[in-house]
Amino acid sequence: MAEMLEIRWHGRGGQGAKTASLLLAEAAAMEGKYSQGFPDYGPERMGAPMRGFNRISEEPIRVHCAIYSPKIVVVLDDTLLTAADVASGMPDDGIMIVNTLKPPQAIRSELGLKGRTIYTVNATGIAIDEIGRPIPNSPMLGALIKVSPFLALDSVIEQIRKKFSHGFRPEVLDGNVRAINRAHEEVTSE
Amino acid sequence: MARRLTLTGNDAAAEAMRQIDPDVVTCFPITPQTELMHKFAEFVADGDVKAEMVLVESEHSAMSAAVGAASAGARVMTATSANGLALMWEIVYIAASNRLPIVMPVVNRALSGPINIHCDHSDTMGCRDTGWIQLYSENAQEVYDNVLQGILIAENPEVLLPVMVTFDGFIISHTVEVLDALDDKDARDWVGDYKSTYSLLNTDEPATFGPLDLQDYYFEHKRQQIEGMNNATGVIKSVGEAYGKLSGRAYGMTENYMTDDADYVVVALGSTCGTAKVVVDEMRAEGKRVGLLKIRSFRPFPHAEILAGLASAKAVGVLDRSVSFGAPGGPVHKEILAALSGTGDATVVNYLYGLGGRDISLDHIRTVFEELETLAGKTIPADEVRFIGLRG
Repeated sequence: MAEMLEIRWHGRGGQGAKTASLLLAEAAAMEGKYSQGFPDYGPERMGAPMRGFNRISEEPIRVHCAIYSPKIVVVLDDTLLTAADVASGMPDDGIMIVNTLKPPQAIRSELGLKGRTIYTVNATGIAIDEIGRPIPNSPMLGALIKVSPFLALDSVIEQIRKKFSHGFRPEVLDGNVRAINRAHEEVTSE
Repeated sequence: MARRLTLTGNDAAAEAMRQIDPDVVTCFPITPQTELMHKFAEFVADGDVKAEMVLVESEHSAMSAAVGAASAGARVMTATSANGLALMWEIVYIAASNRLPIVMPVVNRALSGPINIHCDHSDTMGCRDTGWIQLYSENAQEVYDNVLQGILIAENPEVLLPVMVTFDGFIISHTVEVLDALDDKDARDWVGDYKSTYSLLNTDEPATFGPLDLQDYYFEHKRQQIEGMNNATGVIKSVGEAYGKLSGRAYGMTENYMTDDADYVVVALGSTCGTAKVVVDEMRAEGKRVGLLKIRSFRPFPHAEILAGLASAKAVGVLDRSVSFGAPGGPVHKEILAALSGTGDATVVNYLYGLGGRDISLDHIRTVFEELETLAGKTIPADEVRFIGLRG
């Protein structure tokens, strides 16, 4: 059976980790893949640490337990690096993408992380510039697709346009798309 | 033509309800069901359905209004979870006893207290004797399929009983996943129009609903209700076959997965079955003869399919996601023991798991199979319960 990709999103309530994980699942399905997207549901509230999850596979996905060993971890807020166990369960070839002003090397020493690959991008800055609000989820989707191109960037953008065409003004949608493209360009490795 | 959709379990149920477009939908919100009715309310607001949506002040009223509308001859649906189901309890029993074919998605959630919004089966297992048919769903696809089939099962004149379509709270209700849906015309043709046998509003053929029924006839009416539930077994199977011809996805009372030659079989319901299938495949690849018996219809209970699925088993692990306090084992365990009574010498082991949403992992299920291997041939007392994923 083809390998199944598992992803964990760490964010704070209001940063869009749930929306990002659901949107990624929908974009994957648009490409004919099978996917799951689900958040942790606790006493969620604005600013509290929360997590979102994805499974993506070429085959139908039957497993419905929690995700313990994600290949990819996306951190939407660098204050969570110390507040949550963001590296938990990551395999040796795992990938972590952090929204931060800091370079990847600084994140590595902050976490005391050995192995794995770390990427960083200033997704909050990009979101403020392009969307006018500090919501880092859409730029982080762009960074994620750059680091691990398991989907076409266009699929993610198309799904964002589809999902939010009713709720958002066209300029906000365009800003999200610019933010995705910029983060896709600007994400940096060690 | 199938349509590939990416939906949560809640939205999959709402999508089936949109296509069914019942005459009346009664609604009161409760987590984790709320988003289901939220979605259906959007369909109403957008004019996508003609259903009369009745917003009430409690679940007791939601089921009461459903009973009223169904007695008037309407096709009626509602949905709930956990404490909401508990509050409707009195009327849940009356809906079945009055032979009203209401279809109700129930998003499984632990009953309080302490308060918990996550999945276990204590809500629907608690009303397994209310006279409702209970279909448990593994994933969003089965939620959608079971809701569409539920209408035909409930309304069959040989059955005329309400149907609960259950699915695991959050694990299924709030997970987006991929499913195939019928196009609207096929779905509409599948459910067809509903013509109730009796109607409160039909003054040409007046009938009495819910009268006082004492020592003279109550017993006979209960006997008829027992017959209706017994008839449901055949109807669930024939509807499941017909649905298979329409959709490519046939359904039975159970899904016996790799059980034909299995030495060790796990019995489970709901989303855990998907996870268990992955473990079965992994262990089969290692040469272990293991299998899964997934119970889809818990009421009526799939006696024949259970016997067939466990025929070769040396040891059976029964996974219960609810407690029957003071009883020997959980509700599913007791039923399996009763089904197997006098049929052989398989060792039956009861496992309690997943209360309040506690996760059950691939490793947990593998451990059950490995333990079954060591317990085969031994006699396990019926009141001996093992716990999965419990601390201390």
